[in-house]
This record gives sequence, C-alpha cells and structure tokens, in this order.
Amino acid sequence: MTLATTAATGATTGQPQLVIDNVFKQFGEGPGSVIAIDNMSFDVKPGEFVSVIGPSGCGKSTLFNIIGGLLDEYAGNVLIERERIAGPHKAVGMVFQEESTFPWRNVIDNVAFPLELQGVNKSERLDRAHHFIDLVGLKGFEKLMPSALSGGMRQRVSIARTLVSGPQILLMDEPFAALDEQTRLLLGDKITQIQQDLNQTTLLITHNLTEAVQLSDRIVVMTYRPGRVKRIVNIDLPRPRTSDVVSSDAFGHYVAEIWSDLREEASRGMADTESVRRTAPRG
Amino acid sequence: MAKASLSQGRALPMAVGVATIIGAFVLLEMLLRYGVVNKYVVPLPSQVLMSLERIVVEENILSRIRETAYEMIVSCLAVIVLGVPIGAMLYRWRPLRRAVLDWVAATAAAPLVLAFPLFLVMFGRSPTTVIVMSVITGLAPIIIKTTEGLLGVRPVLINVGRSLKMTDAQMFRMILLPAALPTIFSGIRLSWTFVLISVVGIEFLINLGGLGQLINDLAERYDLPGTYAAIGFVILVSVIFFMLLERVEKWLRPAK
Ligand SMILES: Nc1ncnc2c1ncn2[C@@H]1O[C@H](COP(=O)(O)OP(=O)(O)O)[C@@H](O)[C@H]1O
Ligand SMILES: [Mg+2]
Repeated sequence: MTLATTAATGATTGQPQLVIDNVFKQFGEGPGSVIAIDNMSFDVKPGEFVSVIGPSGCGKSTLFNIIGGLLDEYAGNVLIERERIAGPHKAVGMVFQEESTFPWRNVIDNVAFPLELQGVNKSERLDRAHHFIDLVGLKGFEKLMPSALSGGMRQRVSIARTLVSGPQILLMDEPFAALDEQTRLLLGDKITQIQQDLNQTTLLITHNLTEAVQLSDRIVVMTYRPGRVKRIVNIDLPRPRTSDVVSSDAFGHYVAEIWSDLREEASRGMADTESVRRTAPRG
Repeated sequence: MAKASLSQGRALPMAVGVATIIGAFVLLEMLLRYGVVNKYVVPLPSQVLMSLERIVVEENILSRIRETAYEMIVSCLAVIVLGVPIGAMLYRWRPLRRAVLDWVAATAAAPLVLAFPLFLVMFGRSPTTVIVMSVITGLAPIIIKTTEGLLGVRPVLINVGRSLKMTDAQMFRMILLPAALPTIFSGIRLSWTFVLISVVGIEFLINLGGLGQLINDLAERYDLPGTYAAIGFVILVSVIFFMLLERVEKWLRPAK
C-alpha cells in the first residue's frame, strides 16, 4: 500500500490530525511591525508527510512555534483532533532548527530524557533509547558526549530524542539546515524509512527544495513577507522512496515546477535583505 | 597505554610547577644573600623552611588550621547555599534584577572589612564575626554568575523543555541549572577566593583564632621567617579547598 492511499483512507476514516486554520501573526505594533504569517490554512492528515517550503525570513519558524504551542499570541486556529491547542500539545514532538542536545548528557541520556520525565523505569528507558539510537544510525555512540559528535550526528540525537516518546505528530524546523548535502540525503533516507515504519504524521519545515520533494506527500509553498500559502503541490512519486529518486525525471519535473513558484519569492526575499543592508548604517 | 599518557599529562605540569617554585626560592635566596634585597624586610627562604618545624611544634598549628578551616568551610558552603538561590531569584524576577544587580556588583568592590567594628558589636570577637563578614564579602560573584549563567541558557534548550511540557521545577533542575553550571562554578571559584582571603584577613584584623591570628602574633614579634612559614600554611589550606572544588566540578560535569 502506498502512503498516498494510507493518507486517503486516513482522511475518510478519521478527521485530519492537524489543521492550520487562518493563522495570522504580527510582531509589534504600528510602523515597525512585521506580519510574519498572513492567514495561512492547510492540514496534515494522519500518516501524511507534509513540507512547508519558503525562503529565509518568510515566517517558517514563526509558524513552527505557533503549531508547537510555544507562541501563544496569534489569530486563527491550530487544531489537533478538532481542538484548538493551548500551549504545547502532548501529541506533538518538536525538532528544532538550532542545535538542541543537552551538552551535559551523553547520547543515550539525551535520547532517554523524555522518558525520564515520564517516569519510565531505567531498563525500559534504556531499551527504548537504544532502539531509536539504532534507528537514526548512531549505534555505538551511546556513551559519547554531544561535544564529541559532528553537527549531523547531534541533529540525529535530537531527532531520536523527539521520536522516543512516540509523538503522534512530528514537527521539524529545518532539521538538516546545518548539514552538508550528502549527509542531508542520507538522513533524508532515514527519515523516510522511519516515517514508513511508524506511519509517522510529519510536518517538515524547510527551505530546501530537493529535501522537500524527496520526502513529502504534499508541499506547501509559502510567499515571502507576509507569509501566505502560495500553492500546495501533491508529490505523486512512488513509495517506498530512497534518495535515488532525486535522479528520476519526475523528481526533476517537481523541482522545476516548485522552483518557478519559489524563485519569485526568494528573489523578493533577497532584494529585501540587500536593501536592508544598503540602508543600514555603517560601522 | 591511555592511562600512562594521562598520568604523564598530569605529571609534567606538576613537575614544572614545583621546579618553578624551587627556582624562585633559590633566586630569592641569592638576591638576599648578595644584598640586592634587604634581609630585614624579606627573610631568607631557607630560614622560612627551617622555621616550619618551630611553628608546627610551638604554635599549635594543627588546632589553628582546624579553626581556620572550620570558618572557611562554613563560609564557603554558606556562599553557595545563599548565593545560588539569590542568583536564581534575580534571574526569575526581572524587576528585582534590574533594581539590585548593580548594587550586588558594587558590594563586591566595597571595602567591607572597614565595617568590622560594626560586626564586632553584633557578634563579638567570635568565629561568627569572621564567618558572617567573609560570607558577605564573598557572596556577590556567586550571585552575579548564577544570574548570568541562567540568563545565558540557550533559548532553544528552554523551548525543548517547554515542548516536553516540563514543570517549572523540572525545568530548573533538569535544564536551567545544568546548563548554567559551568558559569556558576566560575562564580564559586571567584567567591571562594574572596572568602578564603577574608577569613584569614579578618582573623588577622581582630586578632582571633586560627592562622590569621598566628600571622598577626608572629609579625608583631617581628618573627619574619615564622610569619612567612605561617602564610605558607594558609596557602596550603587554600590549595586544598580549590582541589576539592575541582573534584566536585568534575563529578558534576562528566567529560566536557
Ligand atoms: N520575536 C520576534 N519579534 C519580532 N520579529 C520577529 C520575531 N521572530 C521573527 N520575527 C520576524 O518575522 C519574520 C519571519 O521570521 P522567521 O519565522 O524566523 O522566518 P524563517 O524561519 O522563515 O526564516 C522575520 O522577518 C523576522 O524578522
Ligand atoms: Mg527559521
């Protein structure tokens, strides 16, 4: 069974797990204010992998924080199982853009951290942590401190730490942004595999086009300033997928199609930052 | 193999340190003997060494060390027990922080010892006076560094905690405190330096109890070698304190 059909049956049997309904967010008041998110609406169905893509500064992290319940003051609704969220929701597991491992804990204690909070006993905690460490390909590194790992390995620790508590919805903000292209593709394979194995409902926020097409069932393309939904693209590439898919014609076709949408927004973003740079006082 | 290189890694700096001290002593001895430095102001290092035995036998050094060390231990623990919660409180309440943090910093620079008559009136010529004054003297750095450390915790780590729905108490114990710990320890080191100096200094000043009083006595008798020998004991005690602190820090913070 392909994932597209799983998603379809999910849609007919149950309600969408995550609904973003007319979300609006403005920072500040008056002339200096910025509209970060302007009436965005889309949903993520059970078992579905959706990406939100947009240029830097278009409001992706703001959206991530709103959906994660970290940013309370916004207009519109974020619904999980038809209820408006108030603060972080227990069904959501977040992976952050910045490095977020605990430097004072070794790999396994980092990964087991959420279970420690839940009061899971030690042996079960370690068992489950081992399982997810294995899943993200870090077997053998359990006892190392994060400072001894590369950036990509630390990001995998964060992902394992989020997965270990079995979140119904996985929410990730540019988790691979700091990684080189090869690591990114391989980690993408891991994520696809995990998603397949766990039928994990996932919302990935990214600025990376290949990554989005490689991993997603649907892609939400965002506009730049204010952040709106420009278009939602269905990715009908066969599953199971691997990173090999990037060399297929269909893949190239999707990338080209989305890029034509994205280019306009990205160049507006670039013009914006350049004009800021030009008008910024020197020194 | 790894073990050997590790002990070698510690042995070399140790040897260099000892050699430096011996070298300095020899140099000072020469300068004094050839009259470059006045013998009546600085005693010969060899005389200081010779007087060690006299100090130990005649001046009841062990009980004096015990007395000074007691005041030091109590003061050192008290600055942590008071300073860390106060620092945490200043972190937590922004208005309070803005109101008092500068004052806290100012007290670190204030010559508090000059207020010793006040403390004598309150606590008498007792170890309590020494301890209270030393704690007040040493409190500021630990408060400031605790606040600074907590303010410096990376927001993303706090967001991880929030996303896991941690309670305030869990957040403090499992994220804020461990993340701020390195900075807090640098505050402890600074505070302890102030405290150790203060304990001996105030003993000296009010002529009470342990090593500070001994130094006072010996200096008054113009027993310069003895005075410096006694100062040597003060240094020894301080070194032990900092070695213990390093142990504790290593134990709390496994492999950096
Ligand atoms: N706390 C904030 N206060 C004011 N402006 C903010 C804040 N957070 C983000 N912004 C602004 O909102 C816009 C979107 O930012 P962000 O969501 O971080 O974008 P992205 O993650 O897509 O790069 C940017 O212009 C940024 O300057
Ligand atoms: Mg961002």
